[in-house]
Amino acid sequence: MAETLLDKVWRLHTVRELPSGQTQLFVGLHLIHEVTSPQAFHMLRERGLSVRFPERTFATMDHIVPTDEQTRPFADPLAEQMAAALIENCRQYGIPLFDIGSGRQGIVHVIGPELGLTQPGMTIACGDSHTSTHGALGALAFGIGTSQIRDVLVTQCLAMSKPKLRRILIEGTLPRGVYAKDVILAIIHRLGVKGGVGYAYEYAGSAVEAMSMEERLTLCNMTIEGGARVGYVNPDRVTFEYLKGRPYAPQGEAFDRAVAWWKQIASDPGATYDDEVRLDAAALQPMVTWGINPGQSVGVNDPIPDPKALPESERTSYEEALAFMSFQPGQRLIGTPIDVAFIGSCTNGRLSDLRAAAEVARQGKVAPGVRALVVPGSEAVARAAEAEGLHEIFQQAGFQWRRAGCSMCLGMNPDKLRGRELCASSSNRNFKGRQGSPTGRTLLMSPAMVAAAAIAGQVIDVREVLS
Amino acid sequence: MKPISIREIRGRAIPLPGNDIDTDRIIPGRFLRCVTFEGLEEHVFEDDRQQYKDHPFNQERYRGASILIVERNFGCGSSREHAPQALFRWGIRAIAGISFGEIFFSNCTAIGIPCLTLDAADAHWLLETVSHHPDQELNIDLETVTIRMGERTLRATMPEGARQQFLQGTWDSTQTLLEAGEAIDRLARRLPYIVGF
Repeated sequence: MAETLLDKVWRLHTVRELPSGQTQLFVGLHLIHEVTSPQAFHMLRERGLSVRFPERTFATMDHIVPTDEQTRPFADPLAEQMAAALIENCRQYGIPLFDIGSGRQGIVHVIGPELGLTQPGMTIACGDSHTSTHGALGALAFGIGTSQIRDVLVTQCLAMSKPKLRRILIEGTLPRGVYAKDVILAIIHRLGVKGGVGYAYEYAGSAVEAMSMEERLTLCNMTIEGGARVGYVNPDRVTFEYLKGRPYAPQGEAFDRAVAWWKQIASDPGATYDDEVRLDAAALQPMVTWGINPGQSVGVNDPIPDPKALPESERTSYEEALAFMSFQPGQRLIGTPIDVAFIGSCTNGRLSDLRAAAEVARQGKVAPGVRALVVPGSEAVARAAEAEGLHEIFQQAGFQWRRAGCSMCLGMNPDKLRGRELCASSSNRNFKGRQGSPTGRTLLMSPAMVAAAAIAGQVIDVREVLS
Repeated sequence: MKPISIREIRGRAIPLPGNDIDTDRIIPGRFLRCVTFEGLEEHVFEDDRQQYKDHPFNQERYRGASILIVERNFGCGSSREHAPQALFRWGIRAIAGISFGEIFFSNCTAIGIPCLTLDAADAHWLLETVSHHPDQELNIDLETVTIRMGERTLRATMPEGARQQFLQGTWDSTQTLLEAGEAIDRLARRLPYIVGF
């Protein structure tokens, strides 16, 4: 019988059915960082338990690290305490750590694929909701909480129920100036921020097949913003070429054998899905969020919807969002002045994102009064960008060129909004207070759109500046 | 840890209207700079409570409530277990609402907070009624998956796997997962990416 990738990977990793009816699912790769893991190690110590497969867990530091001065000890004593705890936990339990300055540190969802740790057919877990990112390589990757991190450390397993599967078919060619970020924002807008609850998403269709691995990573990254915990793309030639030669990928003849296995992990033709949604890539335009969740977005030239035109159940949320953002129904975001521009994050902090932003940045200077940051997603991304001179393009245009970390995505390190600042951001969440100021406001968009807004000092349609 | 079965939760309720309340709002990011969950309850909904003085978590009449009533997609966003930990340490022992963020739901389950799903109409009735009768106790029964308030009994739902975990006392899954023993290692030895291609 024809099976999907979800069916196959789930079956291959099923240890047993639990008395609760859930599956005991083996986790092939476990990634940890400093924010959600220390309490899990504490629970291990309290219960006298140990780490079952220390070689299947890898650690890095990303959320709390400063992106200007990274010398230890960190200026923030709380951040320093977290860094020290991670280092000590890794040392005590024999877990490999990609520390600052190792050349391999970075945002956990950037370094997993980049190092070749993330591979097709794996189950992957990490105490971070954007773990869905790793699905871009054809893995089933789950965001989990700290108690589940404890479960994985102790047993390398999770108690889980198999999700339903929705195929999202994106056909056609993306217009110039429209990126993977716009595709996923359009999907979340259409299906809603809770549309994916209970589902895994399989992204397919000619537009997805034509995407580079980095574009697929952006697409899968924001799966959780649409409510689905897992999103993936079937492994194909793009996947195999991406993995070839990466440090943790199989080498030589083993790589060829791996490719043969990875190929047969992909969904079979004729497999059935619980639901299917179609999207026309050619009809998409650059997207901008106007509200306080990632589903509240419009095409850059479209007006913010009028809450009165919506079903009553939606109205309160819309009005709350408009009030927080200080926007009016029917308003267009084009021309809205911004205070801050942020390019980076696990969504859009990879080399191709920085290239797309640099293509725009080289055409001008950051507008007076705008604070603009470019934060590479990893030390490797920083190296590659610097090797092709991207940092100089950004610096000459007036952007700050920073070191790798989560930075202004989430307000856990010194990079934060102040007061009611409005930020054009390539990150993934426009939640109230997300960027570190309780009243700070976020407009999510693609990195090229952020660069264009930084230079114009206001939201503009990036297609106007792209030749 | 010894398995503790959770079948019934009884207590006063606190209503929290609003859709898509994300975990950043339950516990803002700056409070995640810590290596323990201790004390998180002091900062639950901190930014919302600062901005809206009549936030339910600021109201004296809801102090000591143990059942949180919410609307749609509560706990969406970040996977931070700090959010349910902050609620638990504040005193919340069960949550009822229209729907929940998926990772939040499993984090709640893992620390023993059942999340029950209600019809929108029932959830709204409960929000309204609790706000008028904050002293009245509710009774949640996981055997029948019902919520009783006064004369009225509301039918709720919960994914069967999670419900069984509460009834069987296996919501903290570490011990149950450990019981698979050698089967875990046998499975690992069948995976080509672990043994080598």
